[in-house]
Amino acid sequence: MIQNEMSRRRLLGLGLGLGAAATLTLSGCGGGSSSDSSGASGNGGKDYTGPKVDLKLWNGFTGGDGDIFKALVQQFNGEHQNIAVSVITYQWEDYYSKLPGAVSSGNGPDIAVMHMDQLATFAARGTISELDDVAKTLELSEGDFAPTVWKGGLYNDKRYGIPLDMHPLGFYYNKAVMQKAGLDPEKPPTNRDEYTAALTELKKAGVQGFWVSPFQFTGGMTFYSLLHQWGGTLFDAEVAKATFNSDPAVEACTWLVDLIKQGHSPANVGQDADYLAFKSGKNAFTWNGIWQINDLKKSPNVQWGVAPLPQIGSQKAAWANSHNFTIVKQRSANANKTAGAKVFINWLSQHSLDWAKGGQVPARKAVRESSEFKGLTEVNALAPELEYAAFPPAAPGLGEVMLTFYSAFNEAALGKKSPKQALDDGVTKANKQLEDNRKKYGN
Amino acid sequence: MADVIEAGAARDGAPPTVAPTRRRGATERGNRTTPYLFLAPYLILFGVFGLAPILFGVWISLHQWDLQLPNRPFVGIGNYRDLFSSDSAIYGDWWSSVRATGIFTLFSVPLLVVIPLGLALLLNRSFPGRTFFRAAFFAPYVLGVAVIGLLWRFLLDANLGLVNRLLGVVGLPSDTPWVTDVPWAWVSLVGVTVWWTCGFNAVIYLAGLQDIPAELYEAAKVDGAGAWDRFRHVTIPGLRPVMLFVFTTTILASANVFGQAFLITQGAPGEQTRTVVWRIVDEGLRDYDAGRAAAMSVFFALMLAVVSVVNFRLFRYRED
Repeated sequence: MIQNEMSRRRLLGLGLGLGAAATLTLSGCGGGSSSDSSGASGNGGKDYTGPKVDLKLWNGFTGGDGDIFKALVQQFNGEHQNIAVSVITYQWEDYYSKLPGAVSSGNGPDIAVMHMDQLATFAARGTISELDDVAKTLELSEGDFAPTVWKGGLYNDKRYGIPLDMHPLGFYYNKAVMQKAGLDPEKPPTNRDEYTAALTELKKAGVQGFWVSPFQFTGGMTFYSLLHQWGGTLFDAEVAKATFNSDPAVEACTWLVDLIKQGHSPANVGQDADYLAFKSGKNAFTWNGIWQINDLKKSPNVQWGVAPLPQIGSQKAAWANSHNFTIVKQRSANANKTAGAKVFINWLSQHSLDWAKGGQVPARKAVRESSEFKGLTEVNALAPELEYAAFPPAAPGLGEVMLTFYSAFNEAALGKKSPKQALDDGVTKANKQLEDNRKKYGN
Repeated sequence: MADVIEAGAARDGAPPTVAPTRRRGATERGNRTTPYLFLAPYLILFGVFGLAPILFGVWISLHQWDLQLPNRPFVGIGNYRDLFSSDSAIYGDWWSSVRATGIFTLFSVPLLVVIPLGLALLLNRSFPGRTFFRAAFFAPYVLGVAVIGLLWRFLLDANLGLVNRLLGVVGLPSDTPWVTDVPWAWVSLVGVTVWWTCGFNAVIYLAGLQDIPAELYEAAKVDGAGAWDRFRHVTIPGLRPVMLFVFTTTILASANVFGQAFLITQGAPGEQTRTVVWRIVDEGLRDYDAGRAAAMSVFFALMLAVVSVVNFRLFRYRED
């Protein structure tokens, strides 16, 4: 699937013209003409002493995070005389369809930012290089990152991505609405009993507390989280068979869909309607991405809070994805460029605190535990989710299969089929797609 | 092209009454390549950007083709067979998208042929503010699909949208799921498309109406024809070539529907409103399976070609 976390940004982007690409070239200062070409293959990103290299970096940060990213790159260019990184930004949706063509025609970037669930696809298709040596030389290991995020960069036991951040689903609550219904706005519900009790109180006050969106953003992601909370998984361990029609999955789906029947959510919630209703005080709770923090901060009339997802099922779990750095394979390999790219990736990973201000949880442990990060109250509130985040599995070509999963939920949430029926049908189709992928990628 | 030359040659044998004919004959005798030279500027563009990609597309459709995977095995008609064999992974999606596009085309084309005709007839009369209304009906067409898509998605939202609120005010049901359930989603998609594009067809009709000589109407009136007779026996025959054009282009445009469904219903419920073009884009650019996407495109183009041929036959038959 073309992962697009920034649903609101996607709206804006579409409105402002599809495919408009913002290009910003941050040329570093000239000079740095050291002609030392020894160690051209690089030393895994510790430093780079070769001749000056120009690196192209592609990302999909079209929102406020894009500016923060560019500022970081500017700082990097200032500190490194012989590496000049230029940033090119596309909409995520265009990004993943543009990248393969650009790379095969030799016009691709040197460094590409990618979502974790895309890594396997692009690794299997030979677009990106292995980065095991970067991890080794920089002595990066699981301990420096959250294990879930770190493992997500692997495909076939080889590392293809260095994680920059993670962005989970969070639990947003509207304090004003809670107060109106006689709930303590400083004590958002944290488990199933508290959650249903709060919804009951809200219903008494005439509020449909938690709108269940049938769309991937963000109802589908809510179901994804609940399915894991009930102890289910989307696929088996080898990602050979879909398992999202297991009993726990059906139970999780039923719990969610029943909220509509019980009157805690209207039927036929439209795309983004759950979030818009939250902002205008028509509902009290919404499960939405961490990226909405920055949007809510811009809305001073909304009194809101954010907390980790309540534990509705038997364990904690939350949908999450992660941005990773990758190095793109070139038609004609340039060892100097690769070495420079590795230096950049390491540097930015260490400076990811500033990135956290863009509304993402840094992947690097040292940054996450710094006092500066703790000062970012809202983003920090979701950091605990890192321990139990349910990241998408690493399998090439999973995008279309995920779409099948979200469509199955869509049918259940819109009452077109019973949860069991919708998920059974979805699994039948997903298994065919997985088999197709195995043939294609020869796994 | 050979036809043209033969026609010229044949005419050459006829009594040389008209000067241009003689000139054409002379040119033909002088230089056989001349017509091709005149055609060249377009022919080259068409060849490079039209014909070559089509042939390449057919070639791709016979392979399992991924832009980046090094091996692109030849699979013969395998991609086409997948479209028709019920145990392939794409069979269900493909035919559900054909169904979606079919439903949309079936309902939008008649409306987009008839409503603009009515509009054009009204706008062809002279009344104060005529220019304003002509502009007003054409205005939505100027907007991009992204603009109208987002606009209507929010207007039609079942719980927050203005449409349902207004319906509630006048005492009608205010919980219609305009964008998340069928058949309402089709009503929305067709309705929005008619609102969006009917101005364009109306302008074409208007031009056609102004080409019908006023004397014909006068003559009909003198012969005692009423308004309906004048419409049936003067306006409709006069508009026939224009109608053929409108009919054909509207069918093609409706069959290519993508943006409206992508933005307004997002395929919901389930994947029932995901259209053919959307399916092809997903197959080719999201799942990187250019072979299957090409097979779908070729098959879809053939279906549209058949429809267009039938369409032309139908209108020609009437003319005879």
